[in-house]
Amino acid sequence: MSRREDELLRALLGPEGPELSCEECFELLDRYVELEVAGSDADRAVPGMLAHLDGCPACHEDHVSLRALVRSDTSG
Amino acid sequence: MSPAVSVGAVEALPIGAQPSTDPDPESLAWVTALQASAPGRDEAIARLHELLLRAARFEVNRRRVTLPHLRGDDFDDLAMQSADDALVAVLAKLGTYRGESKFTTWVYKFALLEAAVKLRRRAWQARELPLEPQVWTLLPTGGPSPQASAERSELFGELQAAISTGLTPHQREVLVAIALNGVPIDVLAERLNTTRGALYKTLHDARQKLRAHLAGRGIRIGAEAKEEA
Repeated sequence: MSRREDELLRALLGPEGPELSCEECFELLDRYVELEVAGSDADRAVPGMLAHLDGCPACHEDHVSLRALVRSDTSG
Repeated sequence: MSPAVSVGAVEALPIGAQPSTDPDPESLAWVTALQASAPGRDEAIARLHELLLRAARFEVNRRRVTLPHLRGDDFDDLAMQSADDALVAVLAKLGTYRGESKFTTWVYKFALLEAAVKLRRRAWQARELPLEPQVWTLLPTGGPSPQASAERSELFGELQAAISTGLTPHQREVLVAIALNGVPIDVLAERLNTTRGALYKTLHDARQKLRAHLAGRGIRIGAEAKEEA
Protein backbone atom coordinates (compact mmCIF):
# COMPACT_ATOMS: atom_id res chain seq x y z
CA MET A 1 0.00 0.00 0.00
CA SER A 2 1.47 3.34 -1.02
CA ARG A 3 1.49 6.29 1.35
CA ARG A 4 -1.13 8.04 -0.72
CA GLU A 5 -3.42 5.02 -0.65
CA ASP A 6 -2.88 4.68 3.08
CA GLU A 7 -3.84 8.33 3.61
CA LEU A 8 -6.90 7.85 1.42
CA LEU A 9 -7.99 4.84 3.44
CA ARG A 10 -7.50 6.71 6.71
CA ALA A 11 -9.57 9.60 5.42
CA LEU A 12 -12.36 7.34 4.20
CA LEU A 13 -12.51 4.92 7.11
CA GLY A 14 -11.48 7.15 10.01
CA PRO A 15 -10.06 5.91 13.31
CA GLU A 16 -10.68 2.32 14.36
CA GLY A 17 -11.48 2.80 18.02
CA PRO A 18 -14.02 4.86 19.95
CA GLU A 19 -13.54 8.58 19.57
CA LEU A 20 -14.78 11.82 21.04
CA SER A 21 -17.20 14.08 19.21
CA CYS A 22 -16.08 17.52 18.03
CA GLU A 23 -17.91 19.10 20.97
CA GLU A 24 -16.20 16.83 23.49
CA CYS A 25 -12.86 17.46 21.80
CA PHE A 26 -13.25 21.21 22.19
CA GLU A 27 -14.37 20.80 25.78
CA LEU A 28 -11.30 18.76 26.75
CA LEU A 29 -8.65 20.13 24.41
CA ASP A 30 -7.12 22.62 26.86
CA ARG A 31 -6.60 19.94 29.50
CA TYR A 32 -5.26 17.47 26.95
CA VAL A 33 -2.74 19.98 25.60
CA GLU A 34 -1.48 20.98 29.04
CA LEU A 35 -0.92 17.32 29.89
CA GLU A 36 0.95 16.86 26.62
CA VAL A 37 3.15 19.90 27.18
CA ALA A 38 3.86 18.75 30.74
CA GLY A 39 4.97 15.36 29.41
CA SER A 40 2.10 13.47 31.06
CA ASP A 41 0.11 10.65 29.49
CA ALA A 42 -2.57 12.79 27.89
CA ASP A 43 -4.02 9.93 25.86
CA ARG A 44 -4.62 7.85 28.96
CA ALA A 45 -6.21 10.78 30.79
CA VAL A 46 -8.47 11.72 27.89
CA PRO A 47 -9.51 8.52 26.08
CA GLY A 48 -10.87 8.95 22.61
CA MET A 49 -9.07 12.24 21.99
CA LEU A 50 -6.22 10.82 19.91
CA ALA A 51 -8.65 8.87 17.72
CA HIS A 52 -10.74 11.97 17.13
CA LEU A 53 -7.72 14.10 16.28
CA ASP A 54 -6.75 11.41 13.79
CA GLY A 55 -10.19 11.43 12.19
CA CYS A 56 -11.11 15.12 12.21
CA PRO A 57 -8.78 17.40 10.23
CA ALA A 58 -10.24 20.61 11.68
CA CYS A 59 -9.89 19.52 15.30
CA HIS A 60 -6.42 18.23 14.47
CA GLU A 61 -5.43 21.70 13.25
CA ASP A 62 -6.95 23.33 16.33
CA HIS A 63 -4.98 20.94 18.52
CA VAL A 64 -1.70 21.68 16.78
CA SER A 65 -2.27 25.42 17.12
CA LEU A 66 -3.19 25.33 20.81
CA ARG A 67 -0.23 23.10 21.63
CA ALA A 68 2.13 25.44 19.77
CA LEU A 69 0.72 28.50 21.53
CA VAL A 70 0.93 26.93 24.98
CA ARG A 71 4.46 25.76 24.26
CA SER A 72 5.43 29.26 23.16
CA ASP A 73 4.08 30.57 26.49
CA THR A 74 5.98 27.91 28.41
CA SER A 75 9.25 28.51 26.61
CA GLY A 76 8.89 32.30 26.68
CA MET B 1 -21.62 34.92 14.90
CA SER B 2 -22.46 31.47 16.17
CA PRO B 3 -19.50 29.36 17.21
CA ALA B 4 -18.51 26.55 14.88
CA VAL B 5 -18.54 24.06 17.71
CA SER B 6 -21.43 24.09 20.10
CA VAL B 7 -19.57 23.53 23.35
CA GLY B 8 -22.75 23.84 25.33
CA ALA B 9 -23.89 20.46 24.02
CA VAL B 10 -21.39 18.58 26.17
CA GLU B 11 -23.05 17.17 29.25
CA ALA B 12 -20.79 14.35 30.39
CA LEU B 13 -17.06 13.79 30.46
CA PRO B 14 -15.77 10.64 28.79
CA ILE B 15 -14.52 7.72 30.81
CA GLY B 16 -11.23 8.57 32.47
CA ALA B 17 -11.78 12.32 32.54
CA GLN B 18 -11.08 13.93 35.89
CA PRO B 19 -13.70 15.79 37.92
CA SER B 20 -13.50 19.52 38.44
CA THR B 21 -10.42 20.80 40.21
CA ASP B 22 -9.64 24.04 41.99
CA PRO B 23 -8.10 26.58 39.62
CA ASP B 24 -4.57 27.83 40.25
CA PRO B 25 -4.43 31.28 41.94
CA GLU B 26 -3.82 33.18 38.70
CA SER B 27 -6.74 31.46 36.98
CA LEU B 28 -8.98 32.03 39.97
CA ALA B 29 -8.07 35.72 39.87
CA TRP B 30 -9.13 35.88 36.23
CA VAL B 31 -12.49 34.24 36.92
CA THR B 32 -13.12 36.43 39.96
CA ALA B 33 -12.28 39.63 38.11
CA LEU B 34 -14.61 38.72 35.24
CA GLN B 35 -17.69 38.11 37.39
CA ALA B 36 -20.55 40.45 36.55
CA SER B 37 -20.43 42.22 39.92
CA ALA B 38 -16.66 42.37 40.24
CA PRO B 39 -15.04 45.80 40.73
CA GLY B 40 -12.69 46.58 37.88
CA ARG B 41 -14.44 44.13 35.57
CA ASP B 42 -14.05 46.42 32.56
CA GLU B 43 -10.29 46.45 33.03
CA ALA B 44 -10.27 42.64 33.31
CA ILE B 45 -12.29 42.36 30.11
CA ALA B 46 -9.82 44.64 28.35
CA ARG B 47 -6.93 42.42 29.49
CA LEU B 48 -8.85 39.34 28.38
CA HIS B 49 -9.37 40.86 24.96
CA GLU B 50 -5.63 41.52 24.68
CA LEU B 51 -4.99 37.88 25.51
CA LEU B 52 -7.50 36.68 22.93
CA LEU B 53 -6.11 39.03 20.30
CA ARG B 54 -2.63 37.64 20.90
CA ALA B 55 -3.93 34.10 20.37
CA ALA B 56 -5.89 35.10 17.27
CA ARG B 57 -2.82 36.78 15.79
CA PHE B 58 -0.79 33.67 16.54
CA GLU B 59 -3.25 31.60 14.50
CA VAL B 60 -3.49 34.13 11.70
CA ASN B 61 0.28 34.24 11.37
CA ARG B 62 0.47 30.44 11.25
CA ARG B 63 -2.05 30.29 8.42
CA ARG B 64 -1.04 33.42 6.53
CA VAL B 65 0.57 31.41 3.72
CA THR B 66 -2.78 29.77 2.90
CA LEU B 67 -4.19 33.17 1.93
CA PRO B 68 -1.54 34.80 -0.27
CA HIS B 69 -4.06 37.18 -1.85
CA LEU B 70 -4.89 38.93 1.44
CA ARG B 71 -3.16 42.09 2.64
CA GLY B 72 -1.76 42.83 6.07
CA ASP B 73 -4.81 44.88 7.01
CA ASP B 74 -7.07 41.95 6.14
CA PHE B 75 -5.18 39.71 8.55
CA ASP B 76 -5.34 42.36 11.26
CA ASP B 77 -9.10 42.64 10.75
CA LEU B 78 -9.51 38.86 10.87
CA ALA B 79 -7.56 38.66 14.11
CA MET B 80 -9.56 41.49 15.68
CA GLN B 81 -12.91 39.96 14.62
CA SER B 82 -11.78 36.62 16.01
CA ALA B 83 -10.79 38.18 19.33
CA ASP B 84 -14.10 40.06 19.52
CA ASP B 85 -16.15 36.90 18.85
CA ALA B 86 -14.01 34.84 21.20
CA LEU B 87 -14.53 37.42 23.96
CA VAL B 88 -18.29 37.05 23.63
CA ALA B 89 -17.97 33.25 23.68
CA VAL B 90 -15.65 33.22 26.71
CA LEU B 91 -17.87 35.50 28.77
CA ALA B 92 -20.92 33.42 27.85
CA LYS B 93 -19.14 30.20 28.86
CA LEU B 94 -17.32 31.52 31.92
CA GLY B 95 -19.49 29.43 34.23
CA THR B 96 -18.38 26.22 32.49
CA TYR B 97 -14.66 26.76 33.25
CA ARG B 98 -13.77 23.93 35.61
CA GLY B 99 -10.18 24.80 36.40
CA GLU B 100 -8.78 21.69 34.69
CA SER B 101 -6.31 23.83 32.79
CA LYS B 102 -4.93 27.32 33.20
CA PHE B 103 -7.52 29.96 32.46
CA THR B 104 -5.27 31.34 29.73
CA THR B 105 -5.12 27.95 27.99
CA TRP B 106 -8.89 27.62 28.28
CA VAL B 107 -9.53 30.98 26.64
CA TYR B 108 -6.87 30.49 23.96
CA LYS B 109 -8.89 27.69 22.39
CA PHE B 110 -11.84 30.03 21.82
CA ALA B 111 -9.68 32.56 19.98
CA LEU B 112 -7.85 29.90 17.97
CA LEU B 113 -11.15 28.31 16.94
CA GLU B 114 -12.67 31.61 15.86
CA ALA B 115 -9.56 32.54 13.87
CA ALA B 116 -9.19 29.12 12.27
CA VAL B 117 -12.81 29.01 11.16
CA LYS B 118 -12.66 32.51 9.71
CA LEU B 119 -9.44 31.75 7.84
CA ARG B 120 -10.73 28.46 6.43
CA ARG B 121 -13.91 30.13 5.27
CA ARG B 122 -11.97 33.01 3.74
CA ALA B 123 -9.74 30.57 1.88
CA TRP B 124 -12.78 28.87 0.36
CA GLN B 125 -14.80 32.04 -0.19
CA ALA B 126 -16.46 32.11 -3.61
CA ARG B 127 -15.09 28.66 -4.44
CA GLU B 128 -17.44 25.96 -5.57
CA LEU B 129 -17.32 23.01 -3.21
CA PRO B 130 -16.32 19.73 -4.88
CA LEU B 131 -19.00 17.31 -3.74
CA GLU B 132 -18.37 14.57 -6.32
CA PRO B 133 -15.55 12.02 -6.09
CA GLN B 134 -12.53 13.34 -7.95
CA VAL B 135 -10.01 10.97 -6.58
CA TRP B 136 -10.82 7.61 -8.12
CA THR B 137 -9.13 8.43 -11.39
CA LEU B 138 -6.05 9.52 -9.48
CA LEU B 139 -5.49 6.16 -7.86
CA PRO B 140 -2.40 4.36 -9.11
CA THR B 141 -3.22 1.28 -11.12
CA GLY B 142 0.01 -0.67 -10.66
CA GLY B 143 1.24 -2.57 -7.63
CA PRO B 144 4.33 -4.22 -6.18
CA SER B 145 2.98 -7.65 -7.15
CA PRO B 146 -0.01 -9.05 -9.03
CA GLN B 147 -1.52 -10.28 -5.74
CA ALA B 148 -1.07 -6.94 -3.99
CA SER B 149 -2.46 -5.12 -6.98
CA ALA B 150 -5.51 -7.39 -7.05
CA GLU B 151 -6.13 -6.96 -3.32
CA ARG B 152 -5.83 -3.22 -3.60
CA SER B 153 -8.19 -3.12 -6.56
CA GLU B 154 -10.70 -5.21 -4.65
CA LEU B 155 -10.42 -2.96 -1.58
CA PHE B 156 -10.92 0.30 -3.41
CA GLY B 157 -13.52 -1.23 -5.68
CA GLU B 158 -15.58 -2.28 -2.67
CA LEU B 159 -15.12 1.15 -1.10
CA GLN B 160 -16.28 2.83 -4.27
CA ALA B 161 -19.32 0.53 -4.41
CA ALA B 162 -20.16 1.20 -0.77
CA ILE B 163 -19.89 4.95 -1.26
CA SER B 164 -22.07 4.81 -4.36
CA THR B 165 -24.81 2.52 -3.05
CA GLY B 166 -24.44 2.03 0.70
CA LEU B 167 -24.65 5.60 1.98
CA THR B 168 -27.50 8.07 2.14
CA PRO B 169 -27.13 11.00 -0.27
CA HIS B 170 -26.23 13.28 2.66
CA GLN B 171 -23.65 10.85 4.03
CA ARG B 172 -22.13 10.51 0.57
CA GLU B 173 -21.99 14.26 0.07
CA VAL B 174 -20.29 14.83 3.42
CA LEU B 175 -17.84 11.95 3.08
CA VAL B 176 -16.83 12.88 -0.44
CA ALA B 177 -16.42 16.57 0.35
CA ILE B 178 -14.42 16.15 3.56
CA ALA B 179 -12.57 12.86 3.20
CA LEU B 180 -11.96 12.76 -0.54
CA ASN B 181 -11.89 16.34 -1.67
CA GLY B 182 -10.44 18.06 1.38
CA VAL B 183 -13.21 20.56 1.98
CA PRO B 184 -12.79 21.95 5.54
CA ILE B 185 -15.64 20.79 7.75
CA ASP B 186 -16.37 24.37 8.90
CA VAL B 187 -16.73 25.51 5.31
CA LEU B 188 -19.09 22.67 4.48
CA ALA B 189 -21.06 23.31 7.67
CA GLU B 190 -21.57 26.94 6.69
CA ARG B 191 -22.70 26.03 3.16
CA LEU B 192 -25.09 23.36 4.43
CA ASN B 193 -26.31 25.57 7.29
CA THR B 194 -25.34 23.10 10.00
CA THR B 195 -22.58 22.65 12.60
CA ARG B 196 -19.17 21.02 12.63
CA GLY B 197 -20.36 18.53 15.24
CA ALA B 198 -23.40 17.48 13.23
CA LEU B 199 -21.33 17.01 10.09
CA TYR B 200 -18.69 15.00 11.90
CA LYS B 201 -21.42 12.71 13.26
CA THR B 202 -22.56 12.17 9.68
CA LEU B 203 -18.98 11.51 8.59
CA HIS B 204 -18.52 9.07 11.47
CA ASP B 205 -21.69 7.16 10.55
CA ALA B 206 -20.63 7.00 6.89
CA ARG B 207 -17.21 5.66 7.88
CA GLN B 208 -18.81 3.01 10.05
CA LYS B 209 -20.94 1.91 7.10
CA LEU B 210 -17.84 1.60 4.92
CA ARG B 211 -16.09 -0.47 7.56
CA ALA B 212 -19.14 -2.71 7.93
CA HIS B 213 -19.31 -3.14 4.16
CA LEU B 214 -15.67 -4.23 3.99
CA ALA B 215 -16.15 -6.60 6.93
CA GLY B 216 -19.17 -8.08 5.20
CA ARG B 217 -16.99 -8.80 2.16
CA GLY B 218 -14.35 -10.42 4.33
CA ILE B 219 -11.86 -7.62 3.72
CA ARG B 220 -9.77 -6.95 6.81
CA ILE B 221 -8.01 -3.67 7.38
CA GLY B 222 -5.95 -1.92 10.06
CA ALA B 223 -5.41 -3.86 13.29
CA GLU B 224 -7.53 -6.78 12.07
CA ALA B 225 -5.35 -7.20 9.00
CA LYS B 226 -2.18 -7.02 11.10
CA GLU B 227 -3.49 -9.68 13.49
CA GLU B 228 -4.34 -11.90 10.57
CA ALA B 229 -0.88 -11.45 9.08
